[in-house]
Amino acid sequence: MSSEADQNNNRNNNCMIISNEFNKNTIDTATTFSPPNSRQHLAVVSNSSSSSRPPSPPPARTVGPPGSSTALRTKEPEPPVFEKGIAGEISANFGQMVQIIFIKPLRIKVAVEPSNIIKVATFLRDNLGFDHAESVAGTDYPKEDQIEVIYHLGSYSREDLAGQVLSIATRTNRDDARLPTLINIYKSVEYHERETFEMLGVYFEGHPRNERFLLPEDWADIPPLRKEFRIKGR
Amino acid sequence: MEDLEDRINESQKMGMQIIKESDDDRLMTLSVGPQHPGSGHFRFVVKLDGDYIVHCDPDPGYVHRGEEKMTEYRNFIQNIPHLERPVIHDSTNITYSYSLAVEELTGIEVPRRGQFIRAIASELNRQVYTLYWLAIYGIFLGHSTMFMWPTGDRELFIDLLEALTGARVTHAFNIPGGVRNDVPNGFKDRCLRQISYYEKRLKEYEDIFYNNPLVRQRTEGVGILTKEDAIRLGVTGSVLRASGVPYDIRKAEPYDVYNEIDFKVQYMKTADSFARAYVPFLDMRESCHILRQLLDKMPEAGEVRAKLQANPRGPPGEAYRRVESGRGSLGYYIISDGTPKPYRVKISVGSFRNMLALPHLLVGAKMGDMPVIYWALNYWPVEADR
Repeated sequence: MSSEADQNNNRNNNCMIISNEFNKNTIDTATTFSPPNSRQHLAVVSNSSSSSRPPSPPPARTVGPPGSSTALRTKEPEPPVFEKGIAGEISANFGQMVQIIFIKPLRIKVAVEPSNIIKVATFLRDNLGFDHAESVAGTDYPKEDQIEVIYHLGSYSREDLAGQVLSIATRTNRDDARLPTLINIYKSVEYHERETFEMLGVYFEGHPRNERFLLPEDWADIPPLRKEFRIKGR
Repeated sequence: MEDLEDRINESQKMGMQIIKESDDDRLMTLSVGPQHPGSGHFRFVVKLDGDYIVHCDPDPGYVHRGEEKMTEYRNFIQNIPHLERPVIHDSTNITYSYSLAVEELTGIEVPRRGQFIRAIASELNRQVYTLYWLAIYGIFLGHSTMFMWPTGDRELFIDLLEALTGARVTHAFNIPGGVRNDVPNGFKDRCLRQISYYEKRLKEYEDIFYNNPLVRQRTEGVGILTKEDAIRLGVTGSVLRASGVPYDIRKAEPYDVYNEIDFKVQYMKTADSFARAYVPFLDMRESCHILRQLLDKMPEAGEVRAKLQANPRGPPGEAYRRVESGRGSLGYYIISDGTPKPYRVKISVGSFRNMLALPHLLVGAKMGDMPVIYWALNYWPVEADR
């Protein structure tokens, strides 16, 4: 009941709409902001053509071609049976739509395209019992011109999943960072996504409040967790 | 009522402009904090209809320090002292999961004695935090004895931690690979003696505070967070356990030596503010049992930390590790690109997650119940802001 009231209030409140607009503007300037290091900027521009390729595993940023890291991961000694079963269930349902990045004890990471994330997240909630999100973390990869947003999902209702954390990662273009929100599937992502918006400038389409949250009210710089933002004096 | 409508219609026919009272005119907007002593370094804006809260909008960030950005400039060891600043009263736990994650990334093994000392320090520190929180909860319920007693007893644990780590509040004790130093002579006996005293005190706490009819009247049935809502909102720690979900990271994902310890997850099903205030108390009592077992099972001698290379680093990869802190699950998500500095650190803290329950609980409650609900959420603003 409270969430409905919240949303109604947001819709009716002109102040909030204004501040929303304001924030959008600051983000626009933020994305077009040229970093002090112009060579880095050039590199970003030349890479932008590769933005449509499927998400590649993140750790392999500098070492070798994409895919070498997945090979390395699958070479790891015997992936645990239970986690393998969960991962198998996901890939049986979605096939090529979902890329299994790694299976470790108590941890599974999958990568999906932004267009499929709602479908996959709904499946994880309704069929597998991952009922809440623990954290949403955005990571900036300027060399690949992408931002990765990763949702760490856990389960309170299924006892055998208690220690499991399933991370579902998706990537968006850095210059026009937009992702569909998961708030309608996981209410618990509300503040995490809002924080990701202000810290990395990822606009969550459908989120009621893509607004300032932790930063000062008069913050007029680029989103601080982007890599081109440097702490003064460091 | 018809009379009024008729008169309004008549007046409008005559060309008069009539302004009706709208909903907005009846509401009063009230900013609670950040200077308000009852909110900590935190502000939330409430709208009141008479005595009832009809809207609540949290506005954190007054103590945001950019911890996550700061980690990208320092190496894995240099990061420890500043990462404990978000919650100095629970500084061992907030560096615990960081150390676990760094160990997973770099492949460092912790010696067995080091694992026990870590667990002991984190249990002691959880007591320090919970006593501090209980003191604040007591004073905001107008129960000043409950402010004095925990503040005094907290000193015992601070003294123990001082003997163990060398610092009273900010210990920087957990490091990747173990703990900074070994326990001092006679620590075990001193610790056991103080636990025995403390268990007696806990009985007195229960009598004077939790069985106090005034405290019960103010907290029972106030701010109900149902089990379904608790799961949906993804709350954690005592807030979750008070809603009837027996979930504790120490049980769900036992780290270090916790799989050798026999303890019960404390939870209640009443889901009100009293339950949220009582579950931390039950945790403190259970923590005494855990401490006895840890002291009993700790190996007599051995290394307390692994030998580290100058700048620990591992292959590129990522790790997400959690511990149970005083405010619930405390997780670190660390991405390493193979250099000694982390590429990205995300701290997932209980306070930030429990903040989502605040508007949910406050809307529909009376303003007078606000401190009862707010402080029972076990919310630490500095931790939530990071």
